[in-house]
Amino acid sequence: MHVLRPLYVVLAVAGIILIARTFVVPRDFGIHERGYMYGWYRTGNVEEWKAVQVKYQGKEYCTDCHAEQERQVLSSSHKIIECENCHGPALEHPAEPTKLLIDRTRDLCLRCHTYLSYPTSKRSEIKGIDSDQHNPGEECAGCHNPHQASKP
Amino acid sequence: MEVTVLEELWTLKELFTYPNEYIYWSVQIVMYPFMTGLVAGAFVLSSLYHLFGIKQLKEIARFSLVFSFALLMVAPLPLLLHLMHPERNFYVFMTPHFTSAIAAFGVVLFVYGSIVASELWFLYRKHLVEGSLKLKSQLNKSLGEKIRYGVYTALTLGVFDLSEPALRQDEKAIKILAGAGVPVACFLHGYAGFIFGSVKANALWMTPLMPVIFIMSAIFSGVALCLLTYIMTMEIRKFKVSRKRASFVYPTFEEIKGVEMLEVKMTSKYLLLFLIFSISLELLDLVFRGYTAVRSWDILRLVIYGKDFTSIFILQYTLGNLVPFILLLMPGLTIRRAILALVLVIFGVFMMRWNVVIGGQSFSLTFSGYMDYVLPIIPHDLDTFKEGLFGALFIGALPFLLFWILNKIFPVFELKGSH
Amino acid sequence: MNRRDFLKLALRGSAALALAQGLDEAFRPVSLHAASRPVRWVFLVDTYKCIGCGFCVKACKRENEIPFEADVSRTWVERYVVTKDGEVFADSPKEARNGFTSKRVDLGLGRYKDIPQERIDKAFFVPKLCNQCEKAPCVQVCPVGATYQTADGVVLVDRKWCIGCGYCIMACPYGMRFFHPVYHVAEKCNFCYHRINKGMKPACAQACPMGARRIGNIKDPADPVANIIMTQRVSIHKPEYGTNPQVYYIGLSEEVR
Repeated sequence: MHVLRPLYVVLAVAGIILIARTFVVPRDFGIHERGYMYGWYRTGNVEEWKAVQVKYQGKEYCTDCHAEQERQVLSSSHKIIECENCHGPALEHPAEPTKLLIDRTRDLCLRCHTYLSYPTSKRSEIKGIDSDQHNPGEECAGCHNPHQASKP
Repeated sequence: MEVTVLEELWTLKELFTYPNEYIYWSVQIVMYPFMTGLVAGAFVLSSLYHLFGIKQLKEIARFSLVFSFALLMVAPLPLLLHLMHPERNFYVFMTPHFTSAIAAFGVVLFVYGSIVASELWFLYRKHLVEGSLKLKSQLNKSLGEKIRYGVYTALTLGVFDLSEPALRQDEKAIKILAGAGVPVACFLHGYAGFIFGSVKANALWMTPLMPVIFIMSAIFSGVALCLLTYIMTMEIRKFKVSRKRASFVYPTFEEIKGVEMLEVKMTSKYLLLFLIFSISLELLDLVFRGYTAVRSWDILRLVIYGKDFTSIFILQYTLGNLVPFILLLMPGLTIRRAILALVLVIFGVFMMRWNVVIGGQSFSLTFSGYMDYVLPIIPHDLDTFKEGLFGALFIGALPFLLFWILNKIFPVFELKGSH
Repeated sequence: MNRRDFLKLALRGSAALALAQGLDEAFRPVSLHAASRPVRWVFLVDTYKCIGCGFCVKACKRENEIPFEADVSRTWVERYVVTKDGEVFADSPKEARNGFTSKRVDLGLGRYKDIPQERIDKAFFVPKLCNQCEKAPCVQVCPVGATYQTADGVVLVDRKWCIGCGYCIMACPYGMRFFHPVYHVAEKCNFCYHRINKGMKPACAQACPMGARRIGNIKDPADPVANIIMTQRVSIHKPEYGTNPQVYYIGLSEEVR
C-alpha cells in the first residue's frame, strides 16, 4: 500500500520530535501545584529566583556603624525615610561597595519637597518649595541638613 | 552600557499610557497572519478543483498547491524574526502549553505541512518516478543532473509503482487530502485569528468574530495571490511564445490567452464570494461595537474614525475592498483590470492585518492615551532591519523565490502526466 | 514464524512502545506536587498615603537590576489631577523613577499641562505593581511554559526558557509586563520573591516612607495586612477582566485607569 508511505514519513518525524524531547526538556519540567494552565514550568527556576542577591539591606543594617546619623534622623521628621532611599543600596557595604553614594542634587530633595497642593493626598501636608523660586540651582544640602530636616 | 528599550525605536507615546506600554507586536506580526492567510487561501483554491472537481480550475489548482507549499515554508519566518530568542524557537515543540493559542502553531504547522507535502507527493509521483528512472538510465550525469537524480529518487519514497490501480489510488488519496486539508487550512488561519480574538486585555482584538474574519480574508487573499501569480506566469509564457523564444506545451498564443481568461473569470467569482463574507463580518463587528458602546468605545472611536481613518476606510475598505469589487463585477473583464483588482485585494488584506495588529496597539490600556507606530524604513542595525520595512519586503519576496525553486522539482505547467 | 518475520515484529513492536511512551510523556507529564504551604502573598496599597516620592521605583530598579535610565519598570506611580470642571489629567513621568518634581502634568511628545492649584478638586498618586492574579491571563497565554504561578501565588518568569514572543505582555490588562532591556525576555514584578522568602519586605515596601505599600499573607490570620483586606473597604483594579488580582487598594478612585 504505497499510499501510506507519506504517513510513515510523518510518523517518523513526529517520533524524532518526541525522542528529542527527552534530551532537551529539563527533568524538572512538568505540571506543578497550580495545574496545567498556571503551573506548567521548570521547578529549578523557583530556586534560581530565591537565590537572587539582596541589594537593599534596610535601616538596621546601617545603625551599628552610623549611630550618630541614625540618632539625628530619628529625632527629625525624616525618620520615616530609609537611609538607602538617598544613599542607594547597601549591598555588602563596607566590604563591597566601600563607599555609598552621597547625592547632593536638588532633584533628590524635590521628590518630596516640590510643594504640590493636592487635596486628599498626604503630599499636600509636606512642606515644600517651588524649585524655580527658591534658590534655583543651589544645593539644598548647602543650607539644610538632610539628617536633621532642619531649617538653615 | 548604552541600554535602550528596543520598542522605543518605533513607538511614539501620547497622553496617558502605562510606562511599560510600547508597540511590541510590529510589522513581522502583521506579516505572519498575512502569510498564513495566503497559505490557507492558496490551498482552498487548489482543493476546489481536487475535491469538487470544478474542471475549469484545473490549471490553477496545481499551481496554487505548489505555491501554497512555498508560502508555508516562508510562513514561520516572520515569527523567527520577531522572537527575542529565535534560537529557542523549538521550545514550542518541546514544552507546548496548549492553553495558549500560539502553542497550537507547532501542531497545526506540522499537520498542515504534512497534508500539503503528501498531496504534492501524490500529485507529482508519476513525474518524480519518470524523472528518476530517466536520469538513472543516463550515463555521465552533470553535477546538476546528479543533484536532480538524488532529489527525485529521494522524493519517490521508494515507490516506483505506476500501474493503473496505483494511479487510481493516488487520485483517491489526493481527494481525501484535499478534503481533510480544507478544515486544517482554515484552522491554520483561524488559530491566528484566535490569537488576537482571545486577548481580553485588548479592546480592539477581543471578539469571537476575529477567527472567522481572519479565515474569510485569508481565503480571499490566497485566491487573489494565486490568481495574480498565475496571470503573471501566463503573461510571461505568452510573451516567450510570441517572440518564439522557446517552445512550450501550449502551441499558440491564442491558446494560452484562452485558458488564462477562463481561469481568471472562474476564480474571480470565488474571490468575490469570500470578499463579501469578509467585509460583512468586519462591518458587523464595527456596527456592534458602536451600538453597544462599552467602556472602550470612546477611545476606539477616536482611533477608528480619527487617527486610523485613512488606514481603515480609505486604504483597506475602499481601495482594498470596494474598488476591486467594482472592477471585478464590471462586465467585460480584461486581464489588465483583473491584475489591478487583485493587487488592490492583496494590499487590502495586508492593510486589514495592519489595522488589527497595529491598530490594536494604537491606544493605551488606560483608554486615555495613544501610541503611534513609526515603521523603521532605513535599517541601521539588525533590529531595525528585522522589524522594519525591508524585513517585511524580504518576507514578501521570499515565497516567489521558493516557488521558482520548487517549480523545478514540481513543474506546474505540464499538459501530460498530471492528474 | 521465521527469523525475519520475528525481527520485523520485534522492531515494529519496540518502535510502537517507544512512541507510546513518548506520547504518554508529552500528554501526561510527570506532576510534582509540593506540600501546600500556608502562604498566599497579597499586597495592600494605600493611595491616601502615597506622596509620589518615587523611592519605591528607584529601589525596585536597583534591587531587581532593571537599568535605571531605561523607560520600563516593574513598578511605577501614577498621578491623577482632577480639575473643577471634571477633567482628569494623569501622568507617570519616566515611570516616577525620579518622583514628581513638577506641578506640570506630562502629556507626552514634549507637551505639558500647567494646572493652577486653585483649579484642582482632588489629586492623588497611585502606585501600581503586578497583581499576581489568581487567574493570570499572562500565564494562560505563554506558549512554552516560561511563566507560571508558584503555590504561594507569585507569578514568575523563567529567564532561561522564555522565547520572547511577547504574548504575555499583550495579554496583561494592567500593562505590567515588558521585555527586559538586557536579557530580552519577559519581565515583571515578582513581589521581590528573593526577599520575601527570606522574611524581608519587597524593596518598594521597605523604601516607602509613608507605609503606602505593604505585603501580607492572606492565609495567616494574624497578618495585619490580611486583616485590613478582610475587614475594611478595599478595591481591586479592573475586576471586569476576571483575573482575580491580589493587590488591594485603599482609596482607589473612579478616575484611576
